[in-house]
Amino acid sequence: MQVEFQQIHKQFGPVQALCGIDMRVESGTIHGLVGENGAGKSTLMKILTGYLTKTGGRILLDGVEVDCSDPQTAAAQGIGMLYQEPQDFPSLNVLDNFIVGRDSVAGLDRTAQRQRLGKLAERVHFSLHLSAVLEKLTIGERQQLEFLRLLGRDARVLILDEPTTGISDQQKALLFQALRQIRDEWRTIILVSHKLEEVEALCDRVTILRHGLVTGEAEAPFKVAELLSMMFDKPPSIERTEHDYQPGEEILRFSGVSANGERVGLSDCNVTINRGDIVGLAGLSGSGQGVFLRLAAGLLHARVGDLIFSGAALNRLGHREFREKGGVFLPSDRLHEGLIPGFTLRDHFALASGLSSAAAQQAAEQAIQRFHIRGTPETLAESLSGGNQQRLQLALIQANAQLVLLESPTRGLDVESGQKIWRYLRETFSGRGAIVFSSAELDEILAVANRVLVFFDGRVVRDLRADELDYEHIASAMTGK
Amino acid sequence: MSDFSLVILFASVLATAAPLIIAALGETITEKAGVINLSLDGSLLLAAMIGFMVSYETGSLIMGFAAAALTGALVAIVVGIFGIYLGLLQVAVGFALTLMCKDLAYFLGNPYSRLQGPQMLSVKIPLLSDIPFLGPVLFQQPLMVYLALLLIAAVWWYLFRTERGLELRAVGENPEAAYTRGIDPRRKQLLYTAIGGALIGIAGAAYSLGIKPGWGRPQGIEGLGWIALAIVIFGGWHPLKVALGAYLFAFLQVIGITLQGVWPSVPAQVFQVAPFPLMIFALVMINLLQRESVQGWVSAHPLLQTLIRQLQCSPPRALGKSYRPD
Amino acid sequence: MRMQGLKRHLFEIGLILGMVVLFTTLLLSLVGASPLEAFSHLFAGSLGSWAKFSRVLNVWIPLTLCSIGLLYAFRTGLWNIGVEGQVVMGAIGATAVLRLGLEASHPLFYLLAALLMGMAFAALWALFAGWLKVRGGVHEIFAGLGLNFVAMGFVLWVIFGPWKRDGIASMSGTQPFPLELWFPSLPGWRVSPFALGLTLAIILLTAWVLYRSRIGLNLDAVGRNPRAVRLFGLSPSRYMLLAIMVSGALAGLAGGLQVTGIYHRLIPSISSGYGYLGLLVVMLANFRLAPVPFIALFFAALNVGSIQLPMMMQLDSSLAGVIQGACVLSALLVFGLRTLRKRGPSDE
Repeated sequence: MQVEFQQIHKQFGPVQALCGIDMRVESGTIHGLVGENGAGKSTLMKILTGYLTKTGGRILLDGVEVDCSDPQTAAAQGIGMLYQEPQDFPSLNVLDNFIVGRDSVAGLDRTAQRQRLGKLAERVHFSLHLSAVLEKLTIGERQQLEFLRLLGRDARVLILDEPTTGISDQQKALLFQALRQIRDEWRTIILVSHKLEEVEALCDRVTILRHGLVTGEAEAPFKVAELLSMMFDKPPSIERTEHDYQPGEEILRFSGVSANGERVGLSDCNVTINRGDIVGLAGLSGSGQGVFLRLAAGLLHARVGDLIFSGAALNRLGHREFREKGGVFLPSDRLHEGLIPGFTLRDHFALASGLSSAAAQQAAEQAIQRFHIRGTPETLAESLSGGNQQRLQLALIQANAQLVLLESPTRGLDVESGQKIWRYLRETFSGRGAIVFSSAELDEILAVANRVLVFFDGRVVRDLRADELDYEHIASAMTGK
Repeated sequence: MSDFSLVILFASVLATAAPLIIAALGETITEKAGVINLSLDGSLLLAAMIGFMVSYETGSLIMGFAAAALTGALVAIVVGIFGIYLGLLQVAVGFALTLMCKDLAYFLGNPYSRLQGPQMLSVKIPLLSDIPFLGPVLFQQPLMVYLALLLIAAVWWYLFRTERGLELRAVGENPEAAYTRGIDPRRKQLLYTAIGGALIGIAGAAYSLGIKPGWGRPQGIEGLGWIALAIVIFGGWHPLKVALGAYLFAFLQVIGITLQGVWPSVPAQVFQVAPFPLMIFALVMINLLQRESVQGWVSAHPLLQTLIRQLQCSPPRALGKSYRPD
Repeated sequence: MRMQGLKRHLFEIGLILGMVVLFTTLLLSLVGASPLEAFSHLFAGSLGSWAKFSRVLNVWIPLTLCSIGLLYAFRTGLWNIGVEGQVVMGAIGATAVLRLGLEASHPLFYLLAALLMGMAFAALWALFAGWLKVRGGVHEIFAGLGLNFVAMGFVLWVIFGPWKRDGIASMSGTQPFPLELWFPSLPGWRVSPFALGLTLAIILLTAWVLYRSRIGLNLDAVGRNPRAVRLFGLSPSRYMLLAIMVSGALAGLAGGLQVTGIYHRLIPSISSGYGYLGLLVVMLANFRLAPVPFIALFFAALNVGSIQLPMMMQLDSSLAGVIQGACVLSALLVFGLRTLRKRGPSDE
């Protein structure tokens, strides 16, 4: 079935997520949809499945405009999606998960359904233990089941949103094989991915999105450099501030650390952070950077391996000890993880430093001046803009901090505020300790860091020093090349 | 203990447990769909009163039961609308309702206090009731004993053997995923909250028209709603285990009366609370067993593992959290 | 801006009261009673004389204490539904001490010690529920409910067992304590000035702790965002345990005062349902301290005023509870609609 989008718009509150997408997907092809995080890929697909409603535009299937206003109608048109977060029922068993849903075909005849599922699995060479409870399965197996379910429902348009995140190589190979097989049955497959390696291996065509707009299309065989240039903003003329890299004494060491979290987790990480380091964690979001930072901060515990911070093992210590030894962690989800909604600026200072109300008032006033926070000591954290929330988080850092861990520190900030923040961070902390930060913006990493760790699929795949930093190299490492 | 008193013991356990089972199964259905209806204790009482009142006025037991079921369903629908559609805390709404319904029952039921009204009598099933021992235990009971037994099987069947039941469990587990599969979680939740409420209402009438006939303040069933709620947890949200929990509770209650003869100084109420420490203990155990370290240790002991698999249960994942479409 | 907030507030209160009056009027008409007559009896029965008002205060004291205790737990996001049992445990602890002081020469010492012991008993009882929540992963509502039943069983056991009355044990409770072990009340008043003063002091102290002190700030932070609190170097579970212990201690104080100041013995229904009613008070106060004393007074007046309804109008005194429940449900409805409107019609 041919799918066509015409001028699709989507607005989330004040944010324009999709600004008029035109795109056509032909029958019997695997069509790649690539772009950075936040480019609008998932939003576009969720509109097709009826999970989200569009603000404007038309969707045509085989040239006929269709209404996909809720999942049931979309499913009736033959559209099925494999969501990035598995949309299944962990406490039910495999067979029941296969059956449940208004779109199910044969009702609750378990014997018949078992046979159907068995046949489907056989067709694409998957093997599943049907009476196992789903929560005991790996992400990859859960995905296989969902795939089979969509197949069994005779979905003619199959959307896969980042299907290879967190699954094993073997499962990946099986999935790819199955995808090719059903393409040859003349179904339409849309593969949402930011891993170019996969796109290259599978897709016949790709559409590239950036900031809610189509920036290009390409046919196989693809030129990676071309795709990269359409995916990311133009490689900027970066004025690099840190050129030389002279490591000082060790502050933090990961040796053989593996941990769970964020689907991909972190596998076998060996990294040493030294005094004077400004380490940028590059990688597509959810590739293990968050786990890395939270392990370092004592908020997560390693499954195996050792973490040494300031000469003490961090495995048994919690975040409290991490703080006492001069560590700081600033999460990217400021309002949900870093600040207290309902608390004023002054309350935050009182909470952070145990100051009396009057002293906290003073500290808040000083911080507002110094960090240019737009607000008063009485402003509530949730009514600050994202940038001001970040400035508040920075202002709350205790003065003796030695290791500053930052998750997307300038997310949602304009360029100038971002630069100011970096100036402050460098002046304050790089002399006496180390800064480790993750960022979705490669430019930022290249501009600020004197060392870069590249994450891919829960692993540190590159550890680059100031003189080895190169835009193309990092970008392709991020996409698994 | 003589043969005869054993018959009485088992027969009264079955009878005592019957309304409790009906109420607990109602709550099980509701909670399995992801809604926690905390108004149970109050709506049980209100339904008991309404059931008695209506059947007293109309002379019809059926009408009494129907009115009670309707009462229970209406109270549950309030919880449902406030919780599911207005996004209020289900626990808060349920709790306020439980206290209010109780007082409403006393207030409205005042004129009907201590009146002689219609009452369900035991039904002797011909032939079967003549079987020695089993006959009097199983086949000479008030109707709701049979109803409760039927209901256990029916609820189990519905939840685990029908497609609608599967949908019900799916909604309570992950309403969002259910939505992607074309199920409207909020409508389902409201529906099953109402059905659960209706069963609770029937249980209330089963008291006032059967087990503890008549109406008065106190009615003597105060607190049983909380007990039913606890039994649902104790039974791990599984209808068979919930029923087992209710029988265990009824057994302890009945044996408490017997034991009072042995230790006259200890009031029956003391025996009645015995299940609660047990319940708390079970909950702690369930939680501890889910820790990785304990699981590793357990896996070395196959016998223990089977036992634990039976104990293990987790609440429906979306329990008490109202689903909101984005 | 402030004026507007105040206006909206008054409008909401008016709306809630309007709904409650409407509902109650309909209900009374339904049973064929005159609503006006009922309202006037409720009023006269509670505020009609000093003696009656002092009776209201006797209800107000434990109800306020329980409600304030609940505020501490709610600050950290915990539903301490176990207050009811904590009141009972407090009463048991107090009784235990008073029994020791039966023949003693310093009754005042034993009275105070009884209150302290009551608080300690109840705090530990609450701590157990908190511990089950924090370490055992048992939801505090279930743990609290279970423990309420256990406390109920416990009080029955002591009344019918070890502390039974001379002669025959009965539901009427233990042997009353001699006059020396009563908290004195002023002539003509039935309320103990000590208990009244203590409650007022606790209200003020709580205002300071919750809104001015560092601990209050930390408790509040834990309730609002336990994840972020960890990043500030605080342990959410410790503060939860602290809060539920304070909650229990205040409930225990209420229980102790019931024994020493009101009943002068231990009875099975010593808690009089104040624990559960306190939850309604706090919900109606929207979890803030300032309205609590007033709502508690209103509820206490309803409770006392309704006592004469059976005699004067052949109505059941439970009308009080119906009105209280209606208040809370109307308030919830208003709050719910407010947030729904603020969020706008299902924007994505």
